[in-house]
Amino acid sequence: MALSHLAASASRSSSLLKPLSSALSLRRPISGDNSPLTVETSVPFTSHQCEAPSCSVETNPKELLTFFRDMALMRRMEIAADSLYKAKLIRGFCHLYDGQEAVAVGMEAAITKKDCIITAYRDHCTFVSRGGTLLEVFAELMGRQAGCSKGKGGSMHFYKKDSNFYGGHGIVGAQVPLGCGLAFAQKYSKDETVTFALYGDGAANQGQLFEALNISALWDLPAILVCENNHYGMGTAEWRAAKSPAYYKRGDYVPGLKVDGMDALAVKQACKFAKEHALKNGPIILEMDTYRYHGHSMSDPGSTYRTRDEISGVRQERDPIERIRKLILSHDLATEKELKDVEKEVRKEVDDAIAQAKESPMPEPSELFTNVYAKGLGVESFGADRKEVRATLP
Amino acid sequence: MAATFHGVGATVAALSSSSSSSSSSSSSSSSSPSNSFGSKILLSSPSRSFSVRKRASFTMVRSEGSMNFDLNFKGRRAQQLIANAVATKADSSPASSSSKPGHELLLFEALREGLEEEMERDPRVCVMGEDVGHYGGSYKVTKGLATKFGDLRVLDTPIAENSFTGMGIGAAMTGLRPVVEGMNMGFLLLAFNQISNNCGMLHYTSGGQFTIPIVIRGPGGVGRQLGAEHSQRLESYFQSIPGIQMVACSTPYNAKGLMKAAIRSENPVILFEHVLLYNLKERIPDEDYICNLEEAEMVRPGEHVTILTYSRMRYHVMQAAKTLVNKGYDPGVIDIRSLKPFDLYTIGNSVKKTHRVLIVEECMRTGGIGASLIAAITENFDDYLDAPIMCLSSQDVPTPYAGTLEEWTVVQPAQIVAAVEQLCQ
Repeated sequence: MALSHLAASASRSSSLLKPLSSALSLRRPISGDNSPLTVETSVPFTSHQCEAPSCSVETNPKELLTFFRDMALMRRMEIAADSLYKAKLIRGFCHLYDGQEAVAVGMEAAITKKDCIITAYRDHCTFVSRGGTLLEVFAELMGRQAGCSKGKGGSMHFYKKDSNFYGGHGIVGAQVPLGCGLAFAQKYSKDETVTFALYGDGAANQGQLFEALNISALWDLPAILVCENNHYGMGTAEWRAAKSPAYYKRGDYVPGLKVDGMDALAVKQACKFAKEHALKNGPIILEMDTYRYHGHSMSDPGSTYRTRDEISGVRQERDPIERIRKLILSHDLATEKELKDVEKEVRKEVDDAIAQAKESPMPEPSELFTNVYAKGLGVESFGADRKEVRATLP
Repeated sequence: MAATFHGVGATVAALSSSSSSSSSSSSSSSSSPSNSFGSKILLSSPSRSFSVRKRASFTMVRSEGSMNFDLNFKGRRAQQLIANAVATKADSSPASSSSKPGHELLLFEALREGLEEEMERDPRVCVMGEDVGHYGGSYKVTKGLATKFGDLRVLDTPIAENSFTGMGIGAAMTGLRPVVEGMNMGFLLLAFNQISNNCGMLHYTSGGQFTIPIVIRGPGGVGRQLGAEHSQRLESYFQSIPGIQMVACSTPYNAKGLMKAAIRSENPVILFEHVLLYNLKERIPDEDYICNLEEAEMVRPGEHVTILTYSRMRYHVMQAAKTLVNKGYDPGVIDIRSLKPFDLYTIGNSVKKTHRVLIVEECMRTGGIGASLIAAITENFDDYLDAPIMCLSSQDVPTPYAGTLEEWTVVQPAQIVAAVEQLCQ
């Protein structure tokens, strides 16, 4: 929610204040907050069945600093989750997003909270970019009451209804038909909003994706299918899983765009373009060329199917945070020290959130039985006596 | 004897033999719809020629569960009782709607009427399925709706069950109320992941943030030589999915009522129809009514045995009941209607009276509704049972094509009669 405050409010010019964390020291205003700045993306867009948008992206210093801060927060959050997992405070599955942060922040910068986003299980950062708080993240990961799903969902089931974040899905590919359903509802209600349905390169081979794409194209739904191509479907490289790894072309009659997913500005440009396109012409596919540093999940070391050199190579050359840092420094928007301070601040924020989340209690035993059904038309788990709800725990 | 009467039209036959008077002189029974498929009349009204001296006692069980009065009907014949079992409408009373004659229609028309009324009432209701729009529905349930409501509300989908069910669920997450039709229930196996994981579980895993007010409906069950893949009974597969409700309709009256209740419910509901029951004819009330989703229907109160059934097997049971009554038995028949959760209240009351249970279902023996029902009744009413529960189910085989073989896959009335005789020894 700190992020949404920063991203949304135009008045909050300079001071990077967040309500949650401890008071920050005085900051001098960053120069030229909203003054426009044009940046060229380094990698051009490749398009399929449509005109690629231009490589010149409109931005401003405030936005760039927001990008930096948000991505640093996400990076820190994921690393902290890694340690929590190793400390056995987080159990089960934990899929980390570090390396891919640019997709989340770039997308958010191009759209409003009325547009819907739905994604798969690598959802921590997308949740945060949609306005989720760190406390909700860590509490949910640790299965506590303060979590966004009251501790009943876990890492793969983050949802935030009021900012139209529809989760958080464990089964590969199943969220894409759901996303097209969201787009259908938007068209039905004439909302003039779009849905971004995110999936991975592994899910791109799911049949239900093409089924949903067919229906979306037939019915002209404002659905944008975003393939976050991190080149590995768990342990299988994309060239071993897909005959045609050009995922943006897979839509055939549906236009597609390939984007450098490690460049937040390119992502922002592409999403803006896609939104305009989808509102007029129906579905479009975006392929984000991105990379994850961690393995598929915490139980995957991530090095058995790729070399450490490859990982460190990407980290050196394409890291999204470094890119924004260089951009900021080269345009003199902030000093090296200020950026380091932001990172320290973010680190503290994450630590505070973890401490707070650790204090949150585990769910009550009665929570086992809540939210199975919604109350309505007299749904209760009738026992033999109709008055007695048989489900009580000692 | 618990007797919850579900009024069909305006009158319900009193089950009392009016003591000394002649055998079949009581008012016309319209508690059993006349059906018109084939020449086989699978349904009969309970015979009146039973014991002359028998005094009927009525216990009206309301849906809120309070046990009411006992009425002696010596000398009184027909009692006008309407128990609409409407859970939400506060103004409905059992004695209402006694004057309107109602209108007669077939089961698929009743479904259509329910659907149409709900679509008029709430603009968020939409229908998705294969051939539901321009074609009018493969069983004519949605005929005419596309012309009336337009293509955006009655949507023809391509043959892609997994994805359009998923889309229905996604739309439901935002607040729309889609009714997803599977042309045959068996095709919904392709959407099992969506139904199980997303439909059933999203309310829980999101901590209550999303409700999924979707209705998934379609015909299932063994038809007339449709082959193995088109004769599936999916209620046995779906029954353990947490978070969904399952109901099975069997008469035009409850078809319309359940359809409307399912659409209005905030929970995902799977409505099981049966391919062979679409042409049942019955007279239903003119006014708005719904049936409680979790309530079972007392078809025939009885003293000797409780027969639990649903969907098409209800008619086999009623036919067997006719024979049984002739032989001197008094079977109680309950159409359980609600497959998940079970209405253990109605069932329990009957079990406490009769102490013997026979389950007649169309599911296969292994892992079917009957199997779960046996477990539920044994757990809750073990003390009241005089004999082990008997369960007649379909054979654990794929449904063969040949007519005679297919007949023997499902439970036939003769087997039901034999089972009751054995149970009541």
